[in-house]
Amino acid sequence: MLKTLLAELKEFKKYSFLAPAFVIVEVFMEILIPFLMSKIVDRGINQSDMKTVVIIGIIMIIAAGISLTAGIMAGNFAAKASMGFAKNLREAMFRNIQKYSFSNLDKYSTSGLITRLTTDVTNVQNAYMMIIRMCVRSPFMLVCAFMMTCIIRPSISLVYVVAIIFLGTALFFIMTRAHKIFKEVFKKYDDLNSSVQENISGIRTVKAFVKEDFEIKKFNIAADNVYNMFMRAEKLLVSNMPIMQFTVYGCILSISWVGAHMIVGGTLTTGQLMSLFTYTMNILISLMIISMAFVMISMSRASGERIAEVINEKTDLAAPLDSINVVKDGSISFKNVSFAYKSGRNMCLTNIDLDIKSGETIGIIGGTGSSKSTLVQLIPRLYDATEGEVLVGGINVKNYELDALRSSVAMVLQKNVLFSGTVRENLLWGDKNATDEEIRKACKYAQADDFIMAMPDGYDTKIEQGGSNVSGGQKQRICIARALLMKPKILILDDSTSAVDTKTDAMIRKAFTEEIPDTTKLIIAQRITSVQDADRIIVMDDGMINGFGTHEELLKTNDIYREVYESQMKGDE
Amino acid sequence: MPRMDRVRGNQKVKNPHKLLLRLIKYVLKYYKFRCIFVVIFIVISALANVRGTMFMRQLIDDYIIPIVNSNSNDFSSLLGAILKMAAIYAIGVFSAWSYNRIVVGITQGTLRNLRKEMFGHMEKLPIKYFDTHAHGNIMSLYTNDIDTLRQLVSQSMPQLINGFMTVVSVVVCMVMLSIPLTVMTMLTACVMVIITRKIGGLSSKYFIKQQSSLGNVNGYIEELIEGQKVVKVFCHEQESVKDFIKINDELYDAASNANKYGNILMPIMGNIGNISYVLTAIVGGFLAINGFGGFTIGSLASFLQLNRSFNMPVGQMSQQINFIVMALAGAQRIFDLIDEEEELDEGDVSLVRAKFRPDGSIEESIARTGVWAWKRHNDKTNKDDYRLLEGDVVLDKVDFGYEPNKIVLHDIEVHAKPGQKIAFVGATGAGKTTITNLINRFYDIQDGKIKYDGININEIKKHELRRSLGMVLQDTSLFTGTVNDNIRYGRTDATDLEVVAAAKLAGAHDFIKRLPDGYDTMLTGNGANLSQGQRQLLSIARAAVANPPALILDEATSSIDTRTEKLVQEGMDSLMKGRTVFVIAHRLSTIKNSDLIMVMDHGRIIERGDHNTLIAQKGVYYQLYTGILEAT
Repeated sequence: MLKTLLAELKEFKKYSFLAPAFVIVEVFMEILIPFLMSKIVDRGINQSDMKTVVIIGIIMIIAAGISLTAGIMAGNFAAKASMGFAKNLREAMFRNIQKYSFSNLDKYSTSGLITRLTTDVTNVQNAYMMIIRMCVRSPFMLVCAFMMTCIIRPSISLVYVVAIIFLGTALFFIMTRAHKIFKEVFKKYDDLNSSVQENISGIRTVKAFVKEDFEIKKFNIAADNVYNMFMRAEKLLVSNMPIMQFTVYGCILSISWVGAHMIVGGTLTTGQLMSLFTYTMNILISLMIISMAFVMISMSRASGERIAEVINEKTDLAAPLDSINVVKDGSISFKNVSFAYKSGRNMCLTNIDLDIKSGETIGIIGGTGSSKSTLVQLIPRLYDATEGEVLVGGINVKNYELDALRSSVAMVLQKNVLFSGTVRENLLWGDKNATDEEIRKACKYAQADDFIMAMPDGYDTKIEQGGSNVSGGQKQRICIARALLMKPKILILDDSTSAVDTKTDAMIRKAFTEEIPDTTKLIIAQRITSVQDADRIIVMDDGMINGFGTHEELLKTNDIYREVYESQMKGDE
Repeated sequence: MPRMDRVRGNQKVKNPHKLLLRLIKYVLKYYKFRCIFVVIFIVISALANVRGTMFMRQLIDDYIIPIVNSNSNDFSSLLGAILKMAAIYAIGVFSAWSYNRIVVGITQGTLRNLRKEMFGHMEKLPIKYFDTHAHGNIMSLYTNDIDTLRQLVSQSMPQLINGFMTVVSVVVCMVMLSIPLTVMTMLTACVMVIITRKIGGLSSKYFIKQQSSLGNVNGYIEELIEGQKVVKVFCHEQESVKDFIKINDELYDAASNANKYGNILMPIMGNIGNISYVLTAIVGGFLAINGFGGFTIGSLASFLQLNRSFNMPVGQMSQQINFIVMALAGAQRIFDLIDEEEELDEGDVSLVRAKFRPDGSIEESIARTGVWAWKRHNDKTNKDDYRLLEGDVVLDKVDFGYEPNKIVLHDIEVHAKPGQKIAFVGATGAGKTTITNLINRFYDIQDGKIKYDGININEIKKHELRRSLGMVLQDTSLFTGTVNDNIRYGRTDATDLEVVAAAKLAGAHDFIKRLPDGYDTMLTGNGANLSQGQRQLLSIARAAVANPPALILDEATSSIDTRTEKLVQEGMDSLMKGRTVFVIAHRLSTIKNSDLIMVMDHGRIIERGDHNTLIAQKGVYYQLYTGILEAT
């Protein structure tokens, strides 16, 4: 996990080294300054030597200046390093997600990926900042301060050894226990928040069923649970500060006692005693910070792992066996194809054999769950067949360069998405070099030109996020135009005219036959009218081809087809 | 739909003092005594701390130097002093533990109270609130804003009090030792405060920028990940990465600046403190050596300690104040929610189970009779009047707009007689859903009247009105819990048998049985493991179990394929039988058998009648039905 993440530091590596370097300079000065302070007292004030006071004072101001500069540099570099790290992590994940196959995408939920790109990155970024600042600073400070006490009086440093062992053990004990509870708390806390989420999005249902009080009662119980859990963890943490103070005070008192004897014995000066007190604080506070950082870093571990998982995920579409980059024509064949979304799971498609000639129009019909969409998704290699072969233009799809194959096979997905931007920008997805003329032509074929021109800014009208300012039918027609702009050899419409009225639907199909006769067209539809004048129609049932033929043939021979036809036509007499 | 406010406010808080006061009052409301104890313990702890600092002076001046000077080895007085200090420290440690312990309780308790109050209040807000606020923004009140408040209450407030106490007592001690040195220390402290304010300002400027870039990046990620499959189909991967890098870089710029200013604050504070120390040492040394005003070397040593004790909390406090200003923005948003006006309910008519007396009049019944009645207390006779619930709904000249000056429904006239099935058809945005939102009073009408069995719906208690209207919505909301729990949502006291019967009626029984744990299968994430169609079936079962006198079906079967719909049809028919039903559907086969079909266009009813009449009319309905016009 660490290796994957650290590999993303790249150009920010130098900041990641510079920041700790300056932190060390800063710490060094912070150690020096109390030492100088003691000198001011011992050499200057106690000897009534103003000159020494001024000289040491000036040295101290210089030291403070260096410390200030180093502190600013360290802060700056640490910010650059950790924010840069976060930036690179986001980029690496995003890049890799772009390489994912459909089945990789199916593995992660959309919201899961979003959390990894946002919250998890923030956690890692904060932990990283902590590591290059605090985790360098505190241990170094601890060691240096301890060494200084050794230089001043090795025998007194024994007091610190005892204190460090005592405080360290106490903190370790508290922190590990609290950490365990916190992990549980956060899970409960997430549950609480997801119930809020449910209530916000389901508020109409709550109100329609008059469930407000029921939901409030449920929430209050959950809130009390979270409260109790938090209290359990916090009660442990509360002892941190007092234990810390107890140790500090204990040190001060014992050093006072021992120190007094030494001063009387002439082996210690009052100035040194003062700086010993300062080092006491330095040592123990460092220890405290180390223990806190330890907990926070271990909390962000899970985030790091989730990020690494996304970066390390390998696309499970094998690399092309060959690098053919021209699709000859739009013929399609399936040779004994079976498919399962996950190996070992039930087959969604079994023993499919198909031969479709280039330029044919094929209708596909079947109930929900009959694997119509699955069938067509194998053609542009959105998934790989588990068994058998899929051939496009007479060549196994696995032999094509992926981009070449996919730009020859245009697909309008069932879950249509328009992106925020203008209508034109959305259309340019099909062909970024398309001229205005080509764009309008495609839109005319898709019967979208009229309503786009009627929009306030025509082709420059802004589409809002999720395409909320166009109707379902309009959205579908823009999506079809977008696919047409790719000038594909094969065009697949996966239930893409369901919201379009039958007349427009017919006009779109007519345009297809007249304007792009050489393109193979596969049309999945619920409405029988959308497929009945296709050259041939596939009837899918439970992952198998139940019938394949013309409208008339199927009416005679296929029960499912006839049943669907009758149920839909009955209303239309 | 009304206009949605998508931007999350980064605005400055208008009245920070008032807001802070309100927050403090809120904490005090529940925890007055505990807060008093906190302050007492903080004072004791701070005093013990200062006393400790003073001890250093005494240690050198009063104990060590006399021993050195007297050449004796009598440490007994020192031992006594150390023991006395140990006692004082012990009290200090105990107080520190006590106030920390109490503060934790206050913080978590306050958060719990706030959460409960927010949620309880939120549930009572009108639908309009949810339609006009982005759900993500409401959500972040419970996560981000509550989290910053936790820091505010648990850390900033005690640190401020503690810092203030320490500063005051240190200043008193300093003044006792030397006034000129005190003045000097104070001056450098002023420099500190000014610099903190400056840097804090810069930092918060970039912080706001960071927040808005973060919003951009999150938005882009959300959109692209959501549409990832489309990206693949169009081989648009390279372009998406290019766009992403651009906004990602912007975020980096803002974030590294915001954090830079945050990071450099501490070193600056610390080193100004160091410089202050040196100045004090030099000036103090001068005073002490020349013996001005009886200022001794011991006093100077002690004053130097005080100087440190003074600078530290001043630095901390000024940092905390920066934080508080930022955190108050969160508090503001939370209080905004709490201040939001609740749904008004001025109705006095309630819905009761009823039975017929032998004479044909109605009386209230405890048993489930299947008969419902409206009950209103009559002040004159001091008796309850009952009226049989029949399901006669009249919309009389109704006008409505989400905003007062933008009317979206004009002059709507509908009369649903008991047991009738009324359908609304028309294009998206024609106002079909809006009408149903008026009947159950999710929104209130601008003009006209809606009467339910002759009673103006404003006079009916909202809860009772809604209880009388079952709803199946297009976007099914399922709640975390079992399938059973979700169906039972319609009526909590339904038996298992009734749940199964409802599921069968809705045609959901078969697929539920095939789920891993049948009716006990846990649903999470709004039923993410079910298909849209299956969720709709559950939602129909939920309405069936509620067994309401009237029904509103808003695209209730839109995601169910035509074959399954045919199977469900029978159940649906028996569900609708004997009830007044309002149906919205774009699949016209679903509503063909309605008693009355209203064709809507731009907020007006343009055609009305039953299927045959409308077909004969050869108007818009005819065009819709024959597929000449788009229905969605």
